[in-house]
Amino acid sequence: MSGVSSTVADVTDEVLLSARGLSKTFGDFTAVDGIDVEVRRGEAFGFLGPNGAGKSSTMKMVGCVSPATGGELRILGLDPATDGPAIRARLGVCPQQDMLDEDLSVEENLWVYGRFFGLSRREVRARADELLEFAQLTERRHDRVEPLSGGMKRRLTIARALVNNPEVLLLDEPTTGLDPQARHVLWDRLYRLKREGVTLIITTHYMDEAEQLCDRLVVMDHGRIVAEGSPRALIEAHSTREVVELRFAVDEQERHVEAVRGVADRVEELPDRLLVYTADGDDALARLHDRGVRPLSALVRRSTLEDVFLLLTGRTLVD
Amino acid sequence: MATTSAPTGAVPAGGRLAHGPRPPMSRAERVAAAAEHHVRVYRRTWRGSVISRFLSPLFFLAALGLGLGSLVDAGSGGVDGGSYLHFVVPGIIAYQAALLGFGDTTYPVLGYIKWNRMYSAALSTTLDVTDVVLGHLALLSVNLLVACGIFVGVAALFGAFASWWVLVAVPIGLLTGLAFAVPTFAISAGVENDNVFGILYRFVLTPVLLFSGTFFPLEQLPVWLRPAAWVTPLWHGVVLTRDAAYGRSPGLAGLLHVGVLLVFVGVGWVLARRRLARRLLS
Repeated sequence: MSGVSSTVADVTDEVLLSARGLSKTFGDFTAVDGIDVEVRRGEAFGFLGPNGAGKSSTMKMVGCVSPATGGELRILGLDPATDGPAIRARLGVCPQQDMLDEDLSVEENLWVYGRFFGLSRREVRARADELLEFAQLTERRHDRVEPLSGGMKRRLTIARALVNNPEVLLLDEPTTGLDPQARHVLWDRLYRLKREGVTLIITTHYMDEAEQLCDRLVVMDHGRIVAEGSPRALIEAHSTREVVELRFAVDEQERHVEAVRGVADRVEELPDRLLVYTADGDDALARLHDRGVRPLSALVRRSTLEDVFLLLTGRTLVD
Repeated sequence: MATTSAPTGAVPAGGRLAHGPRPPMSRAERVAAAAEHHVRVYRRTWRGSVISRFLSPLFFLAALGLGLGSLVDAGSGGVDGGSYLHFVVPGIIAYQAALLGFGDTTYPVLGYIKWNRMYSAALSTTLDVTDVVLGHLALLSVNLLVACGIFVGVAALFGAFASWWVLVAVPIGLLTGLAFAVPTFAISAGVENDNVFGILYRFVLTPVLLFSGTFFPLEQLPVWLRPAAWVTPLWHGVVLTRDAAYGRSPGLAGLLHVGVLLVFVGVGWVLARRRLARRLLS
């Protein structure tokens, strides 16, 4: 491989995806409610939100397998309604479920899929060799897919999505259901792709994933976009620098809420704990101590996207 | 190096691997790609289907054609002025074609839609619904031709045919099989789970297989029941196959029988495409 991999590809000005007032309804149910999005070539862009926020419906429209109900959508400058096949030829899609043929071997899954894109047998085989290395599956290439671990199947699904050398890779909940180690392996592979200039569009309900992978993201809730920006900018704009998590003995929490409010910019009451938003967590804790508040435990941490989501919607991402 | 770089460069990017607009695929290329998937799956799974596809018709040939046939011939002097073997073997050909067509478009189709979701995976590439359905039916068609061809060959060794025209029974078997397969594909494209298949098999397919003139002449049925056979595709397939095996011209009625089978294929085709699109591309 040439020097391609050593240069960090920059985000360009070229808009690969643009949506204006994009919406999707199923009967009376509105899954996506008029969203505006722009993604540029080379960007890693995220849709963050809880289950049912409309992320997957959006991804299906972008993947040209679900017609938009309203609004305007352009991908690679083309209209999915009329140029679906031409767009799909240049996309890689890694769906939420793996969708592999478990009767076939690992490499056969890549070959079959490459042929769907019209690659020659020679191209498909060369691509498969490369992608198996990338997905760390070379040793399993002759094995049937069915007994592979969840992490391996996910990597194979991503490898398969890359078989046509796509310009945009769509990843719908790429690490849901994987153990922490498998997630880190996968993130590492996705960094490499991003570094080589592949545009990534990711949906996730994990804030750590969004923070790790995304240059820019939108927070979705009930089919709408409630905030947009880089992870850092979102945290700065919508949350405080630090958060203190206070846990109290059963039934004691409510008694202390008023006192806690006195030392914080904002307090969120969760069933099992209070989240105290403040610029300086240790200082807030000291002042609480002075007021005689004695929690069972107190944890000072940095604000995350999870807090942004909670502050914007009043709900937690994962419940 | 090879293990750490992301795979964006080693294959000379050109044609369909190049960034930017890519050369479109023709319909033939797309259907061939869809069919190739099924060929690969078949290569790995055919052993499990050998008994049902090739041995089971031979069991019928031995049990009905030879065993029961000797009894029928001794008791009533045969059927239609010929031996029971000559009568029943065309029925077995049409029977196995119908069964194969039904079997290949029930669980396998639902599997690709719902269990491993390969049809959704295919539809997110350059393939469309027509390619997916045609790719599936292409391999089934080859299987139908092979299964009918082998059976005709083996049955011929037992002297089961009166005429070389029996070779026409092979394409008729294909058409009969598709007259079951395509409408069944349409059903499978819409069902939520596989319970329906058991009900279809027991209450629809089994009576059709038994009462369409396959194993005994339709004239043995009460007059009021015969029209029920006329509306099943199998009876039309059986009549055509039997005419071919006897080497007699079906005349204008032959066109009607072929027409009925084509209507089943055509209506099934429209519904299969529509229902698959509604399910996977909504």
